Amino acid sequence: MNGSPAAGGAPAAASPWEDLVTTALLGTDRRPPAVAPGGQAPAALLDAAAVATVRRRAGLRPGRAAPRPEPAPRDPRPALPAAASRRLAILLADRPGGGGGGRRGSSPDLIELLPQWLAAAGAHGYAAPPQALPALLDAARGRTDLRPAALAFAGPRALWLARLNPDWRFALRSAPGGGATLPDPADGEAVRRLWEEGLFAERVALLAALRARTPAPARELLASTWPTERAEDRLMFLDSLRTGLSLEDEPFLEQALGDRSRNVRSTAAELLSTLPGSALAARMAVRAAACVALDRTGNSPTVVVEAPPECDPGMERDGVAAKPPTGRGERSWWLGQLVEAAPLGIWAGRLGGRTPEQIVGLPVADDWQAELHAAWCRAAVRQGDAVWSRALLGTPSAPEAGGPGAVSLAERAKLLGALEPEERAVWVAGFIATHGLSEAFQLLGVCAVPWAAPLGRSVVDALDIARDAGSYPWSFSGVMGLAERCLDPAEATRLEGLLTLPDEREDASPGAGGYWAEAFQRLTATLRLRAAMAAELRPETPSRPGSPLPSGPLQGYGG
Amino acid sequence: MTEQGVRWTAEQVLALAPDAASRKAGSKLGTAGPWSGAGSGEGTVWGLCKGSGSKPYQTVVDLAGTAGPAYKCSCPSRKFPCKHALGLLLLWAEPGGEVAPVAEPPEWAEQWLSGRRGRAEGERAESGGSSATGSADPEAARRRAERRAERVTAGATELEQRLSDLLRAGLASAEQAGYGLWDETAARMVDAQAPGLAARVRELGAIPGSGPGWPARLLEECALLHLLDRGWLRRDRLPDELAATVRSRLGLPAPADGPPVRDRWLVLAQYDTVDPKLTTRRIWLHGAESGHTRLLLSYGAAGRAPELSLPVGLAVEADLTGFPGAGQARAALGERYAPPAPTGLRPPGVTTAEAAARYGEALCADPWLDSVPVTLDRVVPAPGPEPGSWQLADAEEDSALPVVAAAPSRAGLWRLVALSGGAPVKVFGECGHRGFTPLTAWPQGPGEPVTLC
Repeated sequence: MNGSPAAGGAPAAASPWEDLVTTALLGTDRRPPAVAPGGQAPAALLDAAAVATVRRRAGLRPGRAAPRPEPAPRDPRPALPAAASRRLAILLADRPGGGGGGRRGSSPDLIELLPQWLAAAGAHGYAAPPQALPALLDAARGRTDLRPAALAFAGPRALWLARLNPDWRFALRSAPGGGATLPDPADGEAVRRLWEEGLFAERVALLAALRARTPAPARELLASTWPTERAEDRLMFLDSLRTGLSLEDEPFLEQALGDRSRNVRSTAAELLSTLPGSALAARMAVRAAACVALDRTGNSPTVVVEAPPECDPGMERDGVAAKPPTGRGERSWWLGQLVEAAPLGIWAGRLGGRTPEQIVGLPVADDWQAELHAAWCRAAVRQGDAVWSRALLGTPSAPEAGGPGAVSLAERAKLLGALEPEERAVWVAGFIATHGLSEAFQLLGVCAVPWAAPLGRSVVDALDIARDAGSYPWSFSGVMGLAERCLDPAEATRLEGLLTLPDEREDASPGAGGYWAEAFQRLTATLRLRAAMAAELRPETPSRPGSPLPSGPLQGYGG
Repeated sequence: MTEQGVRWTAEQVLALAPDAASRKAGSKLGTAGPWSGAGSGEGTVWGLCKGSGSKPYQTVVDLAGTAGPAYKCSCPSRKFPCKHALGLLLLWAEPGGEVAPVAEPPEWAEQWLSGRRGRAEGERAESGGSSATGSADPEAARRRAERRAERVTAGATELEQRLSDLLRAGLASAEQAGYGLWDETAARMVDAQAPGLAARVRELGAIPGSGPGWPARLLEECALLHLLDRGWLRRDRLPDELAATVRSRLGLPAPADGPPVRDRWLVLAQYDTVDPKLTTRRIWLHGAESGHTRLLLSYGAAGRAPELSLPVGLAVEADLTGFPGAGQARAALGERYAPPAPTGLRPPGVTTAEAAARYGEALCADPWLDSVPVTLDRVVPAPGPEPGSWQLADAEEDSALPVVAAAPSRAGLWRLVALSGGAPVKVFGECGHRGFTPLTAWPQGPGEPVTLC
């Protein structure tokens, strides 16, 4: 606000008000005021100052308006339903770790549901309520895993807002598809200019966006400046070729096999090996086939392995790392890399026309089985081969599936990724039915959300069994947390029977029954909350919560 | 009134929470999981909440009482309302939620409700019958008032002396003296039973450390304090209204004795200021018919939440009684005729120039006013000329009010900017010599009010 001249910007000559301030600052003893010198000076000074103060305040007027911000771009998406909008405010108000650790109590972890809520709201295509944007940006600032979904949902107004607040600059950098800063991919001139002059992050975003639409021109753009890029940058750029990878990229990748940087070379080799038709894959096939053969001389056919005697320059050029990590033999190290990079299709011909299942079932001579099967697992994951993955996973109820066996749980989890969601869920359900929950966490993590009915049932049954066995629920807190986020809310009714406090058995851990009842209460409360969240997001008037969810919109979860 | 008509929003329920921890705990309980036997009817909600023990807690909320919501819960919590009551209300607030309208509350809830309502009836009958009991011994009351006036006079005289000494030695000396000088003077004013003077004196202590321009600000506040002293010492020569203002500024108690104004009072804003000893809650109300804007104050001692809570966006049909003094916005809540209910009502607004003029006019009646409540219509939040500063600019004119630098909540300011998106919005707040403090905003189109404090 502008005051009267008395208090605003200082005019050239000292105003009466400034004169009063100066006198007050120095003291009337040193600088007797003009108004009333002598003993009454302080009171007279205060009188005059009071008049001036009230006069100035009463005369305040609005100032001139500064330039206003450009209006935020219109968000064409439909508004979030009111109930969902309130839910979002509650989820955003929840701060992680506020509960003070320890026992989790019987009420849901709201912050854990935010990723799911964002995914669902995004799938419906709603616009975020404007007043929620600051909290949404703050949440995305604190949790990088939330950023893509939070920013996509927050929409154009959030980017507009982020330009006004330095705390939210990250949104401008990591906006989905580079946000407003990315040129139209059809505008060749602008694309080239950004590619040549842009910051590294902008260039990565540009390449990723182009690659998703038109893989070939994107690769050509990269090739045009390839020799001048720094090694770390080349690695990042090369990585973005994973999107839309095809045999058309082979010449470029072949050339990258001769790169100065070892990391770039091995990434190029890895990309080529995922293309079974590539020349590199063919070279690897020859090398791998030379090491593995079928021995029919014994009673039953056996796979025999002869690991490569040396790592020649050709192998090294094709991405084979010559030096093994500490503690590994170099020949088995080379063998693993050859088999991993060879197309899985060659083995049927090499091993007597057998199916993958039969091949995996063959005995392997001289303790090579673990090495060979592990390499096949990596190959199946790399090539996304469902048949081989299925064969290597085996039946979930097999005794060795639960143990350390030939294939580790981490590898199993990756192999499951190659299967269809349905089959994956059934396999994990079978695994849990046989081996219980203690090893299941990693496998559950790769299952589609919400969990298919058989999987959900087997998790609930296993939790019930664990309770009856008398252990404490926090031994299963990882699975419990997953179940809260991933179980189909329709399962809530099946959990009713678990909520009651059972009679304490003599052999049970003291108080375990109560803690289990609490854990199951939290589980059902969370499921009901998720059902309510989904119902609120439905476009028409929200129905009663507790009804089953459509399986469509809830995909993915964070954490 | 139908059950749907009085249902609150989740924000309104959460505004009842005594603190952030309860808000969080309550919102976690706002799902069907732990609840059983929940029902509602005739402005009451009840339910059983499964806690850590074997016996569920019995929770009842009475929203229909004329003295505001009342809560009863069998849990041991000292928070008021407890998280169970909040959770129950959230569950009830949920559209299509789990709380079914039931004609009859269960036995345990009914007992408390009927006991409570019976008591309320009794109190009303009593207060109507014996309004004269307050002045049991008028002579003793007069003597007490006289004694207090003498002490205040002594305090005001002493303060005048101290201000004179300060001005004689110069304000520069105050910078060196620091807080100690002011704290001691403030304590003297407390002894003199002049809490209004004590509070002002205490604030003076912070000014020398408040950055460039502090001498002018310190002189302003010293001058206004001097003006208040003089007002008291010569109160017999002031017009009655102004004398009443002086008394209330000094912190002398006076009953709200204006004529009660019955209206539909829209809750414009509610916010707390917390210091270690006292939490002060300010609730701004706007009368739909009278057009008045009134302030309710409610206090909570040492960390306890003030009891009165009226969530923004509700309207309550009630009597308000003004406190004495010219230009006083403060009022006391009298009889309530219906529980608070959601409303789409919005207060009418003015331009920035009119808002500034309103503050100027209000100063004529009360020169010590720091701000007046104002609703600005069609203003755009925009970055101000100083880095980090903001202003509210008229959409149609080239004028703007600065947003006070220390807005009560930076997060609230960003909510306002986000809500506007560069387009005009309606903003209620306090407008004074430091600038405008935004408290509540309404979007341009339809939509609920957004609280900014």
